[in-house]
This record gives sequence, C-alpha cells and structure tokens, in this order.
Amino acid sequence: MAEECEELTRALSGLGGLGLEEKSVAAAMGRWRRRPEMLDQFRRSFGGLFKGDDGSFERVDMDYIHLLEFELARFKNLMLQWLMHPWERDARWAHHAIHKGDSPTVLVEIACTRTPVELLGARKAYCSLFHRSLEEDVAYHISGSHSYFLVLLVSSYRYDGPNVNEEMAKLEAKVLHNAIHKAAAKGSLLSEEVLRILTTRSKPHLRETFKFYKQLFGKFIEEDLIKVPYIIETVESINSAPAYFCKVIDAALKDGVDQDSKEALTRVIVSRSNIDMLEIKGEYLKKHGTKLEDELQKFSRGVYRDALLSLVAGNE
Amino acid sequence: MASFSVPSPVPSPVEDAESLKKAFHGWGTDEKAVISVLAHRDAAHRQQIQQAYEDLYKENFIKRLESEISGDFERAVYRWIFSSVEREAIIAKSAFGKVINYRVIIETSCINSPNELLAVKQAYHARYKHSLEEDVASHTSGDFRKLLVGLVSTYRYDGDEVDARLAAVEAKTLHDVIKRKPLESEEAIRILTTRSKAQLKAIFNKYKDEHKISISKDLETEHPDEFASALRIVVRCISSPQRYFEKLLRVVLTKSNLDEDTLTRVIVTRAEKDLQVMKEMYEKRTNVSLEKAISNETSGHYKSFLLALVRN
Repeated sequence: MAEECEELTRALSGLGGLGLEEKSVAAAMGRWRRRPEMLDQFRRSFGGLFKGDDGSFERVDMDYIHLLEFELARFKNLMLQWLMHPWERDARWAHHAIHKGDSPTVLVEIACTRTPVELLGARKAYCSLFHRSLEEDVAYHISGSHSYFLVLLVSSYRYDGPNVNEEMAKLEAKVLHNAIHKAAAKGSLLSEEVLRILTTRSKPHLRETFKFYKQLFGKFIEEDLIKVPYIIETVESINSAPAYFCKVIDAALKDGVDQDSKEALTRVIVSRSNIDMLEIKGEYLKKHGTKLEDELQKFSRGVYRDALLSLVAGNE
Repeated sequence: MASFSVPSPVPSPVEDAESLKKAFHGWGTDEKAVISVLAHRDAAHRQQIQQAYEDLYKENFIKRLESEISGDFERAVYRWIFSSVEREAIIAKSAFGKVINYRVIIETSCINSPNELLAVKQAYHARYKHSLEEDVASHTSGDFRKLLVGLVSTYRYDGDEVDARLAAVEAKTLHDVIKRKPLESEEAIRILTTRSKAQLKAIFNKYKDEHKISISKDLETEHPDEFASALRIVVRCISSPQRYFEKLLRVVLTKSNLDEDTLTRVIVTRAEKDLQVMKEMYEKRTNVSLEKAISNETSGHYKSFLLALVRN
C-alpha cells in the first residue's frame, strides 16, 4: 500500500530529473479504479503536492502544479519543436528570448552554430512570422552594453567557403590579444576591432585566428577572455559547436537548475539530432567517461525520455 | 521601365557572338559594332552571347573584351555585360579604394529589396571569397563602420505593415537626436539600419508632419558634416530611389569635372530598371533631355555607349 503511494509520488516528482512517468500514473488509475481510498491515502501522504485545507480535504498546491505543468509540457514542447522546420524553430526560440526575457545566450547559439544559410533562413522565417526583422527586435528590445554585439551577431552573413588568408588571421590574432589585454586595464572588451573580427569574419578564418592565438601567445583565447557576456560563448561555439553543446547539456543536467537551462536540453537535442549529434556524443564521452544516452536515461522520465533517446541514438 | 531598345526580332546569340568576333578582328576594334550589339541586348541575351562566344572561339569573352577596349568606355561596357546582381557585387567591390566610396555602399544596400541585396551578397561571396560585411567593416571605422555594416547586414522585414504609434515615437527620437550637437548616432543608426522600408517611410512622413521640415533638410541644416551627409543619402535612397538618382545625375552633369564613375554607375545600373522614369523627371526638372546633357558632357565611344543605353 505504502509502496504504491511511493511509486506514484516518484512518478509525479517534478523536482530533480525531467519529465514524468506517465505510464505509472495511468497504471495507478487502473489499479485504484475501485479503491478510491487509495487515492485518498495518496493525497494525505504526498505533502509536496497536497496541503491540508482546513482539515476537511487536501487541496493541491498550485506552485507544485505549475512545476508539474512544466514537466507535463516537456514532451509536447519537444514534439512541436521537432515537427517544425528548423528555420521556424530558430525564429521562435529567438523571439522567445527577446520578448520573454530568456537569456539572450540562445541568440548567440543560433547566430554562431548555424551555418550562414541556416541563420539566414531563421531571419527570413522571423520576418514572415513576426512582421519584424530579427535584428530590429534585438536592437529595440535588448538593452545593455552587449546589445550591439548581439545585433551584429544575428545580422551576420559570413562567407561560407574554406578560403583563409593566413597572414590576416595571424594579424587578427594579435589584434584580439591586444584588445583583451587593453580591456583588462580599461574594463571593456567590446572594442570596435573585437566586434568586427568576431562578427564579420568567416568561421574557418576565425578558427585559424584562434589557432594562431595559441601559437603566438601560448594560451587558448578562451582562457584569456574576461567574463564579458556572450563573447566567450561566441568563441566557444564558433571554435567547436559540439563541445559548446556538450557544455549546455551539462548545465541542463545539473540538479536544481532553472527552467531556462532545463529547456536548453530539449532545444539542443532537437536542433542537433540530425546535424552533429554524433560529435556531441563523442565530446560527452571524452569529457565524462560515460555515454550521453546513459545520463539521459538516468535523468529523465516517461515519454519525454523516450523521445530524447530516440533523437540522440535513434534506431542505430 | 528600361530605357534602351532591343531589336525585334533579336539576332541569335551565335550571330551576336560572330558579330563581336568580327569587331575584335585585326588591328583596333570596331567599337560601333560592339555597342550596337551589347547596348541593345537584355541581361539574358548578354549571358547567352558570352556563352556562345566561349563555345565557338574557346576564349573568355570578357577577357578578350577587356583587351580590346579601354578607358571609361571599357569600364562602362564591363559593368553592363553582367547581370544586375553580379554588376552590383562588382560595383560594391570597386568602392574599396584608398578611401571607401560610401555612397556606392549606401545605394546598393538601401535601394535593393532585401532579397535583391541578399543575391548581391551571395554573388559577392562567390566572386571575392569574402563577405561584403567583412570588407565594409575592415575598410571603415567608428560611426561610418556602424552605419555601413548595419546597412549591408540587414535583412529588413519586406511587408507593408506599419506601426503608426512606433513611427511617431521614433520620429521624435530622430528629431531629438538631430537637435543635439554633436549628432548622437546610435539611435539614428539603429532605426535606419533595422526598421523596414515601409516603417521608415512612415517615420519620415511623421517627421515632416510634426516639424514642417523633412528629416533630410533638418539634417543638412543642423549638421553640415560628412556623417550627416551619409545619413541623408540613406534617407533619400529609402524614400525615393528615383528622385535620388535623378538628382545625382543633375549634380554629376553640371559639375565642371565630370565624375565618369558615378555617371556610368547610374546609367548602367538603372538602364534595365527605371532609367526611363528618371529621364522624364530629369527633363521636367531641367528642360533639357538627359541625352542632350550626356551628349554635352561626354565624348567618344563612352558617349556613344551611354547614349545607346539611354535612348529608346
């Protein structure tokens, strides 16, 4: 009896882990169909979800219900995102970030990990869906010293070919190094030249530039970067999208993180499932010694878990 | 409406290629023949002629052409040969000299539709292995960089929807910015480089309604400097490209030192688009036909070529 209640409690635990064990809940409904006293007992035993009213009945705690709603919606959101065209997906995530006050890191992620054509597609979709351009909304609604940097990032239409001018890359590594060390003294990394290099140069060029940086100065540029919002994510995601996504996934799977970080898990898995999921899994294994699938198996529940695992491992 | 004429029926690409080969033959070049073919063919034909020439004679048509003709005439014909999109990419590249010709960058980025600008940028990638944005950025600094990079990077909303309340707010913002000395560029750049054209036209109209003076005129009066001058070009290119070009033609054709690059650029880029309209505006404004004005100011094969593009 107590066991059954415990099982249902576990199934409905919105705290820790992601998703709900829908099957268990449905099973409990079946088992207790002619035993309403079981559900009564459950209400009395699960203090998290139910509070005593004035002694006459146990009412639900609406805060907990909100939590459950998030968890219930997780599969639905994943499904919707998966169904959407990548351009619409990206446009809607961007719109959400701008208007619902989510962290603008999503904008950096979209601007830097999508190919120039994919980013352009997202911008077209944004115009079509919202009757504004992405850059106009970022410029208007996001404030702060990094706002201009974000506008430049989302507006970029980088050259997409492999040609790299090595002399220029070497020169710009020096420019970046100078800017970083000047900023350490003055306090602002957002110099004109840093913005120019990071937001207009092609990705192959930037990767060469970062390589030269290590060669010339002995440190990876990420190590030298002061925590200026979005600059470090820009460098990381351009350098290696899979390694960057691995970090985002790590953050999502930590205990007690906020909804934004948790939702990032769905976003990353859905958006990268058929792009570089193999490389992301490789990075994860390298970093943690365990498989991503195994961590997801542990940390998520129900249909949501099944969906994640399908997108990560498929029917391979 | 296009200004130049195409014969009906038009000769086949092979016939045209043969005519051109004949024009190149021997010492010197028969420029008249070159003009009579090239100035009277639309972009699709010109493309086919190049292909036919290469198939028949196994040599690159453009390279041969470049070796046969020279000077302003060559520069004009070279720009004309290409399709509109390629041409604008080439013209944009030519803006990067010792000093950037920002007028060219503003024209390309503000007069084209968002999709046309995109096509120009794609052509630029293919041709120069760089993005237009990165080249503009590395050739500029400060406010000019912010303005020009913003203009070339944007993918504006292309629809008619306008937010009238916001237009009023931003017209006021621009007015406040213009009234302050020095000009604080940040908000002006944000508005001009991100808002849709429909929204910007609404803003400019609101500005004129509220302050009884056009934003362009106000900028001119309050800030007689180069940056404000660039902002005015932006405003005018967005408000009415035709009026902008008509005025540019007037200025170019009355200055004592003819700026052939600009004259060529206007004629060659608009001949297939709306030069006809501009011809009419020009004549109304000056009481002189555009042909006559060009005839007075230019000479030689360059003159003949331009006139062939301008006459019907």
